[in-house]
Amino acid sequence: MKKTLLLNIKRYPLLYLMALPVIAWYIVFHYIPMYGVLISFQDFVPARGILKSSWVGFEHFENFITGKYFWRLIYNTLSINLIDLVFGFPVPIIFALLLNEIKSEKFKKVTQTITYLPHFISSVVICGLIIDFVKSRGIIPHFLSYFGVEPFNLLTAPELFKIIFVSSNIWQGFGWGSIIYLAALSGIDPGLYEAAKIDGAGRFKSAIYISLPSIMPTIVILLIMRIGRLMSLGWENIILLYNPNIYETADVISTYVYRRGLENFDFSFASAVGLFNSLINMILLLLANKLSRSLNDTSLW
Amino acid sequence: MKKSKGEKIFNIFNVMFMIFLIFITIYPLIYVILSSVSDPKMLLRHEGLIFKPLGKASLQGYKMVFRNPNVLTGYVNTIFYVTIGTVINLILTTLGAFVLSRRNFYIKKIMMIMIVITMFFNGGLIPFFMVVRNLGLYNSRVALIIVAGINSFNLIIMRTFLQSIPYSLEEAAMIEGANDYFILIRVILPLSKPVLAVMVLYYGVHHWNSWFHAYIFIRDRALYPLQLILREILIESQTDGMIDGATEMLEESYFKELIKYCTIIISTLPILSIYPFLQKYFVKGVMIGSLKG
Repeated sequence: MKKTLLLNIKRYPLLYLMALPVIAWYIVFHYIPMYGVLISFQDFVPARGILKSSWVGFEHFENFITGKYFWRLIYNTLSINLIDLVFGFPVPIIFALLLNEIKSEKFKKVTQTITYLPHFISSVVICGLIIDFVKSRGIIPHFLSYFGVEPFNLLTAPELFKIIFVSSNIWQGFGWGSIIYLAALSGIDPGLYEAAKIDGAGRFKSAIYISLPSIMPTIVILLIMRIGRLMSLGWENIILLYNPNIYETADVISTYVYRRGLENFDFSFASAVGLFNSLINMILLLLANKLSRSLNDTSLW
Repeated sequence: MKKSKGEKIFNIFNVMFMIFLIFITIYPLIYVILSSVSDPKMLLRHEGLIFKPLGKASLQGYKMVFRNPNVLTGYVNTIFYVTIGTVINLILTTLGAFVLSRRNFYIKKIMMIMIVITMFFNGGLIPFFMVVRNLGLYNSRVALIIVAGINSFNLIIMRTFLQSIPYSLEEAAMIEGANDYFILIRVILPLSKPVLAVMVLYYGVHHWNSWFHAYIFIRDRALYPLQLILREILIESQTDGMIDGATEMLEESYFKELIKYCTIIISTLPILSIYPFLQKYFVKGVMIGSLKG
């Protein structure tokens, strides 16, 4: 094997030269940080480096798990992501199915162009807009005041954070997220619909029995990938939106890692918490992949 | 063909629902545009939706924003990060996608696995931060460019595209004795314009909108990209406002709101103005990417 590699290098040296910067980049920015995760098991002192810092085993993990924020962080991370999954995941699918039923190509195009747009707006602007719209004199409290709700800044209410966060995610992503389903829908053989029509199926039945099953493999793959990110979604936006008043419901593991690590410079502890997060993420991904393979033979690998 | 009554009702509702979606997607933008040219005093007193500029429309907010040196440096910095960053992205991504699409590249499989692993597992924020700091890239422009050097999803999109180029074309060049460099430059790249356009757009927009890396790696305000300046204007002024709620407003805070809306427009305008024309390329990227998950 070594010999074949050497021969291959000799024969196509340029390919290896071209691959070099790419491989180097992955090593430096992805694999060295994986090695750096070792500090999770140390009392890391930057001046001493990883090799000379003292080892403490699982102390940081124990401290985190028995710490007072543990359950709150787990609960917030999972619940925000689950709410986002349950409400956010189906929206692009339903949107694609409905848009697919629109007859006028022109209207369809316009709808697509406009609904894709928010995907390209920066998180800072989106979060700025949210903050502006939910402040006590903003549009949304004003709207709610017609229903007898006294206007107040919605971002100061812990119980509202998850709703605000998830709905803004849906707002930003449903159009763009539908592209892939629309592509799958446009690939369906029109003959299937003809046949269904002859058999007396209406539009609704065609959608349920033809359109939906045809895009099912796409749905499953995207669902697995979504579950694989269940612990890491959108936390940078949370940093923009939250404030200490609502940590109770808004603080997730990743934002906690950020604060402990980069605001308090508690490198080892924060790194341990981050590793814990990655591991749970990995387990969820493997489970989802396995589940879908046994249920309907679709899987990532 | 005759349509049933139920179908007609469905069609009407479906169209109305789409119009509703269009409205809620586009209205926030319209609101910001209208507010940005409104009279600041009226804007401050106003509550609820806006369908035309309040008071006499004027560009005074924009004038103030353009006089602000921070916004200007931010703009210039962002343009720098976008152009240089995208060039680096293109070089690295093209190289990676090219070698991974070559049949005779022996370590292709291993390299691909090495890349895919990083999409699902990473060392986390802190070790990543430490690597960048140890490289001496803390508080430097280079950090923002090199750290975002490759996006694995984009790399795979491009590789999928390159794999679809008929092999016979390369073969013909190879028979004539062309080396891999020649094949990349003369055969592959000229055929890859569509995917390169997709890459320029994805990476360009990403650099334009990105803020977090700058937030953790850049201390020096002179190096701030526009998004960080925006963050100060949009997000941080908010936290002050939250403390007092509805107390007396100072004369100068009249303009605070106006400036907010103007900066949003100024920072989003480049994206908004290229987007409608280039939409098909953005969508194409998703299509190529979805061919192979």
